[in-house]
Amino acid sequence: MNMGNALYLPTCLCDPPQFHNLQELRHSASLANKVFIQRDYSEGTTCRFQTKFPSELESRIEKTLFEDTVKTLNNYYAEAEKIGGQSYLEGCLACTTAYLIFLCMETRYEKVLKKIAKYIQEQNEKIYAPRGLLITDPIERGMRVIEISIYEDRSSSGSSSGSSSVSSSTAR
Amino acid sequence: MDSCEYEQIEPRARPTPAPTPPTRDGREERRRPRRRWEVFPGKNRFCCGGRVIMARQSGVFPLTLGLILLTCGLFFIFDCPFLVQHLTSCIPAIGGVLFLFVLLTLLRTSFSDPGILPRATPDEAAEVEKQIDGSGNASYRPPPRTLEVAINQQPVKLKYCFTCRMFRPPRTSHCSLCDNCVERFDHHCPWVGNCVGKRNYRFFYAFIVSLSFLTAFIFGCVATHLALRAQGGRGLVFALQESPGSAVELAICFFSVWSILGLSGFHTYLVASNVTTNEDIKGSWSGKSGEGVANPYSHRSAVLNCCATLCGPMPPSLIDRRGFLPQDESVQAGDTQPPAAAPVSQINVVGGASRPTLALQEPLNSSSADAS
Repeated sequence: MNMGNALYLPTCLCDPPQFHNLQELRHSASLANKVFIQRDYSEGTTCRFQTKFPSELESRIEKTLFEDTVKTLNNYYAEAEKIGGQSYLEGCLACTTAYLIFLCMETRYEKVLKKIAKYIQEQNEKIYAPRGLLITDPIERGMRVIEISIYEDRSSSGSSSGSSSVSSSTAR
Repeated sequence: MDSCEYEQIEPRARPTPAPTPPTRDGREERRRPRRRWEVFPGKNRFCCGGRVIMARQSGVFPLTLGLILLTCGLFFIFDCPFLVQHLTSCIPAIGGVLFLFVLLTLLRTSFSDPGILPRATPDEAAEVEKQIDGSGNASYRPPPRTLEVAINQQPVKLKYCFTCRMFRPPRTSHCSLCDNCVERFDHHCPWVGNCVGKRNYRFFYAFIVSLSFLTAFIFGCVATHLALRAQGGRGLVFALQESPGSAVELAICFFSVWSILGLSGFHTYLVASNVTTNEDIKGSWSGKSGEGVANPYSHRSAVLNCCATLCGPMPPSLIDRRGFLPQDESVQAGDTQPPAAAPVSQINVVGGASRPTLALQEPLNSSSADAS
């Protein structure tokens, strides 16, 4: 259930420790590890991230969900950096105004970045936070990496296995 | 699941502390939230609350500005009245438009972020260093490492930057004057007092092209002016005596027009072949280094290269100068980690799980007061 920006998720005290919302993560979980998805330069300097599934996330999230997220992000960035009619128009218009227009107008890239931020927030809420993961927007890391933070529940002590007992009980 | 309770949270994308912190217990605490530009690690100078960014060494930027203002000022004072009277009033109009264009593009080139890459966060740097050598000892400087990637089937070596603690993306270079890695680094221009890179290359190109037009225009106008005055056998000396400002303009324009025209021509060639000055000097794609490789970034068409470089989408600034530093609740003691701190601060193994990598304990959504 989503209400605007607020997120309502269950906090079950009876079930095994699970990560349900980001506030729970903050208070009851500790950061265990960070995975960095690097850039893919095979097609040039345009922004693209590798879709290779990191081994640290194998026990946490399904491969298809992860790949979908990265592919969607890649598509967004490709849309932002597309060289076509609209970007030419923007460029030529800006040149004729001695680039003053960049001070008042929001560029297409910035508009797509806002869409990306919204998408990442949505993905975090729906898919990653319930699994104890958190994606950081690449723009906060200089567009170099997608940082995925892996959280572990502090109260899940005594579990000797390497993978923590995190499974999303909420069917979203 | 009746025993479950629902909690409302506000997932925040960016840490944004309140700009005006409330005073607690009646005490006046000087907890003015700081902006990122105030702790920026590079050698840059910031003005207007972080909106304007320049290199710390302004180079000869004041000279550039002074020369342009002086020449144009003399032109409008000494030459324009005569030429309007004898020729046409379009001359000051054209001159004015060119002058404004030159000034605006110069200021834009000098005061904007050239495409600086923020330094790697401690976690990122630790991850990279782990890949380089397994010791993870921050004090030992590992041997220079390169990472080979294939760009459009062309092998390209990415170098490791020791200052920024990351592998530089392709076409990125570290400017020693500004102490920053700049994307699509062209060169550090002392005339504009800033690096020229991905974000301000089009401004720089517009500046030098319009400046060459302006210089040529003023030179032509001044020559016409003096020629008209010297008509009737009165001679050049007489003309110069009547309009001494023109002599100064003539000298400045004569000596600068060749170099500016040459620079414009050179950069037009670079734009058309999608090569940076840095790559051209190093001979990355011309085979001087003995590799004989083709430029993998070129679109194989001069027109397409020009359009891509000059009319491509405007990339955003990655350094977020005006963003606020994340403020922790316990900021009493001035919680500021040193910018280039050692990556391993705390190791906390949770739940008995044996994690091979480091585990840091930090609050959610906090980018650990990174100064990058």
